[in-house]
Amino acid sequence: MTLKEKIKNKKFIITSEIGPPKGIDVKTILEEARLLKGRVDAVNVTDSQSAVMRLGSLAVSRLLKEEGVEPVYQLTCRDRNRIALQSDALSAAVLGIENILVLTGDHPSRGDHPEAKPVFDLDSVQLIETLRKLESGKDLSGKELKGVPKFCVGAVVNPGADPVEPELIKFEKKLKAGAEFFQTQGVYDVKTFAKFIDKVKQYNTCIIAGIILIKSPDMARFMNKNVAGIFIPDSLIKEVEGAADKQDKAFEIAARTITGLKGLAQGVHLMSLGWNKLVPRILDAAGL
Amino acid sequence: MIITKQKPIDDILKYLEKANKVFIVGCTQCATVCKTGGEEEVKKMKEFLESKGKKVIAAEVWDTPCNLLEVKKRARDRKNELETSETLLLMSCGDGAHTVVIGTGMPVVPGNDTLFLGQSERTGRFNEVCALCGDCTLFITGGYCPNALCPKGLQNGPCGGVKDGKCEVSPDIDCGWLLIYNRLKDTGNLDNMKKVLPPKDHSKSIRPRKVVVDATKKRI
Repeated sequence: MTLKEKIKNKKFIITSEIGPPKGIDVKTILEEARLLKGRVDAVNVTDSQSAVMRLGSLAVSRLLKEEGVEPVYQLTCRDRNRIALQSDALSAAVLGIENILVLTGDHPSRGDHPEAKPVFDLDSVQLIETLRKLESGKDLSGKELKGVPKFCVGAVVNPGADPVEPELIKFEKKLKAGAEFFQTQGVYDVKTFAKFIDKVKQYNTCIIAGIILIKSPDMARFMNKNVAGIFIPDSLIKEVEGAADKQDKAFEIAARTITGLKGLAQGVHLMSLGWNKLVPRILDAAGL
Repeated sequence: MIITKQKPIDDILKYLEKANKVFIVGCTQCATVCKTGGEEEVKKMKEFLESKGKKVIAAEVWDTPCNLLEVKKRARDRKNELETSETLLLMSCGDGAHTVVIGTGMPVVPGNDTLFLGQSERTGRFNEVCALCGDCTLFITGGYCPNALCPKGLQNGPCGGVKDGKCEVSPDIDCGWLLIYNRLKDTGNLDNMKKVLPPKDHSKSIRPRKVVVDATKKRI
């Protein structure tokens, strides 16, 4: 069953994430992919994440497919105008990649080429609409396509946004534009997430809760300070600080959070930040 | 108003490397307000260049260097001085600099960097609130322009980078979409934000832009 079919059939979804290397040595990420194979439903491939230039998401998505791992091709509005975005989406379709996760993308000033010209010709809502338009057999300017693509379009939502109302308005727009599933920013507090789910359950869409491993107390504090919508409670940071083995602790917290999220979210999205070898263990412990 | 900032003085000196006889031109309008080309700044520039061994043939504040007819008139009045000078140092915006190039036929050195179309909040404090996109949607966004206020120019709401009301690009920048959201909420127009805005028509801002006003045409 494909990710799209699992979403439709209300199956519990497990996704993980791989960040392409800066360069063309794909040995490590393909090893990670093999570890995840059979344990997750799909693997997201980030698109020059944090506006740091890396190997392309589309190429790596195809490599994952060749490894028998279903990719979720992350596509940001940051670097491409509407011509490039549509062209890349068609390229994905022709390479057998169905899942596209649409993101605004970080501003280039945040990355390793701060002098780059930002594009943002379309925003995430408009890009979702554009992908749906391509599926109708026409491009954004209404021209007929030769051969029509099929996508499974995802988007992101941040349950921890403050204030949450503008985020919910945008969520609703993404839904209206045709998003089939949503992956969320990292969730650390199940109670806050439950409140968010309460607000969005009327839409009856697929929400996949993000899990970001806490690799160290410093990383947790850094994320609290710098990453929007992330709130790692002090109690969790203290727990990591007191732990003898940091990997064991990261694993334990993730497994515990996932267990708490079952029944609230339709799935979990594990962002291991390079610790993908822990993912099978986390899933075992969470009973998935 | 056009907001300008004086270039680093070392850069200006470098541009003037080959020119010894300089004619300085300021502007009575925007550059005067920005303190980049008013009477005071032009005088100071003259003194500085002279201290560096340059001969300043004239140092004047023109009203206004962005008006081609005015510039041509000035050029006729100052024919001798212009002929004596090797270059003009323009303490105006880039528009003024270009117009003076055309109107005088002289080599021009820019003294300022031209930054943006700005609102004057108070003396010496300017904010960019209009991005000159040619396709105004302020009627939907409560008078706040997402193209100018959001570094990504997003049309349909905030991105995930907003933290404590500030933009991911800098904690000095308010999230433009939160400003719009609050404005729409306060005025009972939050429904506007729920509408999906289509992709922007950038063909309206193909450069160089040109407007020809037909004075005989009835507009209203």
